[in-house]
Amino acid sequence: MSEAPVGITRDEVAHLARLARLAVTDEELDVFAGQLDVILGAVARVQEVAAADIPPTSHAVPLTNVFRPDVNVPCLPRDEVLAAAPAAEDGRFRVPRILDEET
Amino acid sequence: MDLTRMTAAELGAAIAAGETSAVEVTQAHLDRIAAVDDRVHAFLHVDTDRALAAARAVDERRGTGATLGPLAGVPLALKDVIVTRGIPTTVGSRILEGWIPPYDATVTTKLREAGIVVLGKTNMDEFAMGSSTENSAFGPSHNPWDLDRVPGGSSGGSSAAVAAFTAPLGIGTDTGGSIRQPAAVTGIVGHKPTYGGVSRYGLVAFSSSLDQAGPFGRTVLDAALLHEVMAGYDPMDSTSIDAPVPPVVAAARLGGTGDLSGLRVGVVRELSGQGYEPGVEAVTRDALARLEKLGATVHEVSCPSFGYALPAYYLIAPSECSSNLARFDAVRYGLRVGDDGVRSLEEVMSLTREAGFGPEVKRRIILGTYALSSGYYDAYYGQAQKVRTLISRDFAAAFENADVLVSPATPTVAFPIGERANDPLAMYAADLCTLPASLAGLPAISVPSGLSEGLPVGLQVIAPALADDRCYRVAAALEADHGHPLTEEAPAL
Repeated sequence: MSEAPVGITRDEVAHLARLARLAVTDEELDVFAGQLDVILGAVARVQEVAAADIPPTSHAVPLTNVFRPDVNVPCLPRDEVLAAAPAAEDGRFRVPRILDEET
Repeated sequence: MDLTRMTAAELGAAIAAGETSAVEVTQAHLDRIAAVDDRVHAFLHVDTDRALAAARAVDERRGTGATLGPLAGVPLALKDVIVTRGIPTTVGSRILEGWIPPYDATVTTKLREAGIVVLGKTNMDEFAMGSSTENSAFGPSHNPWDLDRVPGGSSGGSSAAVAAFTAPLGIGTDTGGSIRQPAAVTGIVGHKPTYGGVSRYGLVAFSSSLDQAGPFGRTVLDAALLHEVMAGYDPMDSTSIDAPVPPVVAAARLGGTGDLSGLRVGVVRELSGQGYEPGVEAVTRDALARLEKLGATVHEVSCPSFGYALPAYYLIAPSECSSNLARFDAVRYGLRVGDDGVRSLEEVMSLTREAGFGPEVKRRIILGTYALSSGYYDAYYGQAQKVRTLISRDFAAAFENADVLVSPATPTVAFPIGERANDPLAMYAADLCTLPASLAGLPAISVPSGLSEGLPVGLQVIAPALADDRCYRVAAALEADHGHPLTEEAPAL
């Protein structure tokens, strides 16, 4: 098991917020950095529990490869779905600019 | 007879017998909401017209001579995390404010099919993250026993509605305790079914490996009747268990006879001591003595890994939430902020999520993003999953010599609104008792066990997977021994 360092800096919180697409404010960064440092210190106790021989549990009920019959059923009504969207145009979701983001 | 003081079972029987009508019952509860909900704030949306229409449909069906189910015409308060076609569903969040779902959750469909009347949608901590409803974007709900205190959370709107007699039934969801903890602190019955027992289709996801919807009632039988309506295999949920619904109504009736002869009760040593109020521990000791009086044998069991349940939960749940909440991308539904024709999708997405999510949701998304990061995954998320294995092993060992395990449902009685709002770790401690069963996917109920300084205390009864009926049997026996539902002792609003 790898021992990760406990503790989180303001810069790390800013980086994580960017990864999570949260445009947090400077004030929030100050508050969250302190709170997350405390929370992380508390939850890091899971590292006391050792051992390579313990298998992880991702899910309490052991289910794998759940199938159902491949039957055609109606999809959601398009107009109702688009009516709930922030913006729609020509029967489709209208989205802000997505090209040239990396430039 | 005041219709709002009757149990769901009594109301269903009276409607079926024609002693009252579903419309009268529904109107009585709508009137009660109008009279008290400005102080309790259990509801985010009261669906008056549809509720009365649903009630009229039940009365018309009865008029044709059709046989009605046991809860036909009985009103219910539905947590705002369960989607309802044509009725707003906010999940307590600004990011979904004004959203009208285009489909029904499986639970919603089952309620309609049973003739249950949905009065409205109830308040909750945003995205079900919290233990008090203080994380709701729309302000907290208030505990009917003391309006200055929290009604628990995250399903605190539903628990407050049932305890305030504005609805005889409620539905909550439980990820780490969000049914059992609010039930305990409002003096009602709340059951978290075996994971996979109730469909999650249409339940807005927080932590998919833990989320489970379940019933609230003022009596054990009422909760059991609602459980049988909600539960069952659903092909629309790939984690739904394809097995018969446990016989919870029969178990509630059996338990109601007050005989627990031969039942082996294990008391979890690790769910007591430091952090537990003396008043809560005293009421719990008294409940154990009453279980023995009713014929059960009571012994102590040790589950040493339970001490790691809280840290494991607060890694697993945030990790899953950081992934699940990525779907709120300002494209398909909900809020969009900053779309000025110039900003990119990514900028609009970040501004929308910043504006739409509250502080606790942001904290958990950031924490989960951290725990799943390359370089930290093994030390945090991976270790938390190992703890989950150890907790399941502790349960398996304890159940070798016990039919059910018991503990307090909460370490303290309802705390004052505001007391823990700025201290995340103190808020997380409210789930101390309920987290182990969540992580192991086991069924667990909170049943009122008495009062401490005038405020309700709940006993948690945990059973092996798919043995939900044992929880109801024990709970019903304790309730029968008490003689009446604890809510009858609540001060008038």
